[in-house]
Amino acid sequence: MSVATYSPEERFRLGMLWTDSRYRSTTIQTIALFLVMLLGAYLINNIITNLADLGKDFSFGFLFEPAYYDINQRLIEYDSRSPHWLAAVVGILNTLLVAVLGCALATVIGVIAGVLRLSKNWVISKLMAVYIEVVRNVPLLLQILLLYAVFIELLPRPRGSEPMLDGFLVATNRGFYIPSLVLAETGWIVVSTFVVSLVGIFLFRRWARKRQEETGQIIRVFSISLGILIVPTAIVFFALGSPISLEYPELKGFNYQGGIHLRNSLVALWLALSIYTGAFIGEIVRSGIQAINKGQTEAAYALGLRPNRTMKLVILPQALRVIIPPLISQYLNLTKNSSLAIAVGYMDVTGTLGGITLNQTGREMECVLLLMAFYLTVSLLISAVMNKYNQSVKLKER
Amino acid sequence: MTDNSSIAFVMKEAKEAMPAPITTTGPLAWTRENLFSSPLNTALTILSLIFLAWMVPGLVQWAFVDAVWVAGSIDECRQLSSEGACWAVITARFDQFMFGFYPEDLRWRPILAFVLLCVALLPVLWDAVPARKQLFAFSAVYPLVAFVLLWGDGWVFQSVSSSDFGGFLLTIIIGVTGISFSLPLGILLALGRNSNMPFIKIICVTFIEFIRGVPLITLLFVASTLLNYFLPPGTSFDLILRVLIMVTLFASAYMAEVIRGGLAALNKGQYEAADALGLTYWQSMYLIVLPQALKISIPGIVNTFIGLFKDTTLVSVIGLLDPLGIIQPILADSTWNGLVVELYVFVGLFFFAFCFAMSRYSMYLERKLSTGDRH
Repeated sequence: MSVATYSPEERFRLGMLWTDSRYRSTTIQTIALFLVMLLGAYLINNIITNLADLGKDFSFGFLFEPAYYDINQRLIEYDSRSPHWLAAVVGILNTLLVAVLGCALATVIGVIAGVLRLSKNWVISKLMAVYIEVVRNVPLLLQILLLYAVFIELLPRPRGSEPMLDGFLVATNRGFYIPSLVLAETGWIVVSTFVVSLVGIFLFRRWARKRQEETGQIIRVFSISLGILIVPTAIVFFALGSPISLEYPELKGFNYQGGIHLRNSLVALWLALSIYTGAFIGEIVRSGIQAINKGQTEAAYALGLRPNRTMKLVILPQALRVIIPPLISQYLNLTKNSSLAIAVGYMDVTGTLGGITLNQTGREMECVLLLMAFYLTVSLLISAVMNKYNQSVKLKER
Repeated sequence: MTDNSSIAFVMKEAKEAMPAPITTTGPLAWTRENLFSSPLNTALTILSLIFLAWMVPGLVQWAFVDAVWVAGSIDECRQLSSEGACWAVITARFDQFMFGFYPEDLRWRPILAFVLLCVALLPVLWDAVPARKQLFAFSAVYPLVAFVLLWGDGWVFQSVSSSDFGGFLLTIIIGVTGISFSLPLGILLALGRNSNMPFIKIICVTFIEFIRGVPLITLLFVASTLLNYFLPPGTSFDLILRVLIMVTLFASAYMAEVIRGGLAALNKGQYEAADALGLTYWQSMYLIVLPQALKISIPGIVNTFIGLFKDTTLVSVIGLLDPLGIIQPILADSTWNGLVVELYVFVGLFFFAFCFAMSRYSMYLERKLSTGDRH
């Protein structure tokens, strides 16, 4: 019989760095660290040599020089003598504008498509399947360009155009016009009343929920919220003699004046992004609803819940847990895809900072770095929010 | 004895079952069940039918009945038919759409390369193919063959400059290269992210999160304007190659996340069992973990492939002549000025065919592979 011998001190040999699993991972990591540092040093060295060869320095001073170019769709004051950084900010706001509009419309389209896709109605579910399959399998850039081209080619010129929807929308080949809000001097009172009632609704809902949890008494939250939303604002609005009015676009000469001018590039980008992302959201919603076990519905019925409370209290909370994470990553995709604006000339941040500013100043390195930093910040922020949400809805397993 | 004569009638055999009521089977019931089961459903059906009746005939009329297939310019098209689609532009520029500006007398080379690509894909996609082993060997050397065929080697095959590449040829080159290199790279990144070596993990996480955080277009800007700064002075290499590298890196980060999902979905017992058998890390990954994890992540992997294939169109933004890049000069050309929809629809159909085929193939693969673990 053999006896296991215990050898207290095994001498360390150099070969053990690789053959002994106690040391191997340290060895590998040291080598990797060394290689990464070597690569980094090599790249930085190349950059320095190349910049020196071209006679360029690495500085962000150019941001404070005048930009000398115009941006036709903007949310804040900007003219061609404004500095480059302001152009970048205009671009960032434009990106955020199309991203927010796109996310909202894509969600609406996606939820409708996803629910109808599951409908028992054969025709409508097949129609939605065709929509989802076609849109998901065709490049987004192509859809944006197609929509933009269709707007420019097929919409009438301003002179020949007819206002639609009672004057609320004018579609021309130069863009879309919608009425703008004009605030009279006392208009801000109405706006602040509205904001206050929003806060009021929030507080009321919290109070109502707390009360229900304590006493079991159910308060009709929806109708009261609706009342709070409308009544005070309406009273203030009429008491002050309608200080907020709409300014309609009017045809003057060859073009429309007044109202809000949405350029074709913005509308094409917005619609194409929404339709494209909507198809993906549709699939997410469908799979989310299908992921809920049928037993959940049956159990809720067995407990005596009515169908819409079953939906609200049992199905939706569980479906949302499946739906929300991929939904948010679709929002993120939409934001990143909005950089395709450059193809139709909508001045988002890629068009200003990564486009004209880059070409005018020749500062590729700084511009691309700033551009990437912006997108990275947005995505990391959204990922952080998503992780927080995932933590909060995670199944609490016992 | 009972008197049988007082019983009027006794059935000797069971009666034949009557057919089910017409409202519960057959087309009528199907219609009722699926189209008109509730007022809302009826309304939806009627709305969709109106939509279809309005859409389909007009579309057919435009695309087929009134369409012009051969003409020399848009004016000829409009003379022949003022309302229909002018597909003549596609027929006239078909070669450009396919090959870009690839020299005309050498076009047999990309065609041969494409045929060989199909041969090389056979053993990968279909396991009942005869002589699969030998074909796999061919698939392994195919990239080299394709490179020599497409770019030429300067001796046997005349060299072709990268700037002549274009059209669907370019799309397929970028798509196929990206797809075939991003999968292995993605697997390595995913394993790195799951590794228990903190430094390796940090490298992989940083890379993945960085690539996923920025739009592809900024990476293409890097490829077109910035990459020269990172190289030793004086070196410059081909724009297509730079784009290929960027697209592959981009897709591999997304692939890594998809595969990480598959790795996470795998039962922990599988890892432990592999360790208990005394397998080394790579053995356990290759024999136990990856085959199962990849199977779980097939839908995600194919979705990444489809996304990559669609994203190849972005190279037109940095000036490469992919199909969307080919369209721009045609739009500006006075012979065809005014034709827009036809061009985009044609390119869209091409992409749809490829991507749809890919998604169907992934469904087939899922079905085929899922037979093993039905509980």
